[in-house]
Amino acid sequence: MTLATLDPEIRSAEGEAAAEEALAAARASRRGRWRRALMRDWKAMFGFCFLGILTLAALFAPWIAPHDPNDMMFMMLDGPSWRHPLGVDDLGRDLLSRLIHGARVSLFVGVTTVAAALVLGVGMGIAAGWYGGWIDAITMRYIDLQWAFPNIIIAVYLVAVFGTGLANVIVAVSLAFLDDFARIARGMTLTVKHQQYVDAARVTGASDWRIMTRHILPNITAPIIVQATVSVSYAILAEAVLSFLGLGVSADTPTWGLILSESRSFISRAWWLGVFPGLFIMLTVLSINFLGDALRDVLDVREARDGV
Amino acid sequence: MTAFLVRRILGAVVVMWAVATLVFFMLRILPGDPLSAMLFDSGDPAMADVLRAKYGLDQPLYVQYLKWFGLLLQGDFGASIYGSRAPVSQIVLEAMPRTLSLAFLSFVIAVSIAVPAGLLSALRRGSATDHTVTVVAFLGLSMPDFWLAILLIIVFAANLQWLPAIGYAPMSDGLWAWLSHLILPAIAAGTAFSAVIARMIRSSMLEVMSADYIRTAEAKGLRRTRMVLVHAFPNALIPVITVMGIAFGLLMAGAVVVENVFSIKGLGRVLIEGILNRDYPVVQGAILAISLIFVAANLIVDLLYGVVDPRIRFQ
Repeated sequence: MTLATLDPEIRSAEGEAAAEEALAAARASRRGRWRRALMRDWKAMFGFCFLGILTLAALFAPWIAPHDPNDMMFMMLDGPSWRHPLGVDDLGRDLLSRLIHGARVSLFVGVTTVAAALVLGVGMGIAAGWYGGWIDAITMRYIDLQWAFPNIIIAVYLVAVFGTGLANVIVAVSLAFLDDFARIARGMTLTVKHQQYVDAARVTGASDWRIMTRHILPNITAPIIVQATVSVSYAILAEAVLSFLGLGVSADTPTWGLILSESRSFISRAWWLGVFPGLFIMLTVLSINFLGDALRDVLDVREARDGV
Repeated sequence: MTAFLVRRILGAVVVMWAVATLVFFMLRILPGDPLSAMLFDSGDPAMADVLRAKYGLDQPLYVQYLKWFGLLLQGDFGASIYGSRAPVSQIVLEAMPRTLSLAFLSFVIAVSIAVPAGLLSALRRGSATDHTVTVVAFLGLSMPDFWLAILLIIVFAANLQWLPAIGYAPMSDGLWAWLSHLILPAIAAGTAFSAVIARMIRSSMLEVMSADYIRTAEAKGLRRTRMVLVHAFPNALIPVITVMGIAFGLLMAGAVVVENVFSIKGLGRVLIEGILNRDYPVVQGAILAISLIFVAANLIVDLLYGVVDPRIRFQ
């Protein structure tokens, strides 16, 4: 069962009742497939659980965190203990609480930047693929240029131009991940552009906008979903790099990259400050990558950019 | 072959021109000109006008662009507007060998780990070795390079005290001095690259090993080592080289970040310091120099690809 079956035009052609039935069956089987894929694959299961816990912790950080993330106590550089499971930093702040609050920034930036990159990039890609001609030529030149550089470098370049701060970091990271989505959307648009259902839509007098949003977009979602998943992990990594380099959100918001950066002067005396923040980043990225891998299998997608 | 070469080199030149142009215009379109950074937002307006005239900032943008570009072609990147006021070209030329050394060593270490790991895991598919390589590759790809750098410092510099934690020594100080300062940063910068290449070699080898000519080689009783190394591996490398450009980008990005952890004053450190000091000429110079390395690396990969796979040359 392909996503094409869900196309509204085909549905009405087949007759509403039959289509509803097929749709329900498709939904049920797809839901079953998700569950089976998750159960079969321990890596996907691990990723799902870790991200679930992390998201809840981030959402309810003020209630879940054992201490206030900026509260200083008279116990600098204390190692892990029952009161402070991950230890205390040089200013006497509880590391676990700071990491839980840091998760908010990481997840927020990861999701918003990818959402923005997805909307813009997919829009550009579909327009380029559908219209062709000079629109395609200009879009492709731009994408090729950006493609020559890794996303993290592009993000650093853009922060160099825009400056630091939450809004600027989000804009920079979004733009840095734009080309991945534009490239995939354009490629997929070119392959579905000459399908019969697109011709049929055109014959019935559908506008370009309607064809692009109702006929092309729904049929190219699978590789885009996979790319989006993979991208979230690299966007989180990019935000951490920026914070680590001092180009991040701000000096007084605890973020994973910043906490790690601040710990550098103390790592010979306080290993936990160097180990745990990075562990949080790695487990998050790993979990998302595991989920992305499972998605790739379930959705049967080959193309998605790894690692850059 | 000549036509192929010329086309690729021209393409690289165009990319460099586009990067330079984008950098120029983006830094100038945005509100707040470099002068406000130079005067720390407190200079008097008359002084600002004098400086503006001195640096040609009162002229139309396209005149500035053409002048700037003319100077750029002569290797004049302007001078730092912060601290030393040293010429940017000098700063970049000092930083360049450090970054290139780091990238080179990183590449060597990464490839010498990735090739055997990828081969072993393909040849013993499904074995414990294969699973281990897969998991380690996944970890390597998910591990932030700056964190790995910190872990390496904790273990090998702070606790075991085998290697220095920070700084750089040029080759003229002796090979070991150079190497000992670069080993940890090189490992940190190259891990993600190594993971990508190992996975690529694995999947590419698996594909090649099921090809007809390998079956023939097996059928005529060829020794397994010869079959793998002479018949399979070179062919498996073709798709690996195509991703080499993208993967090398990972390594360079790693180098740029890791330099900052180990206080190596390479291009990455110069770039970040320039950004933090709002030293625009230095930022421009560093961006152009880093971009040049990328474009050159991509060009080399393209040409290599043409050498390895003749079909590309004659398209």
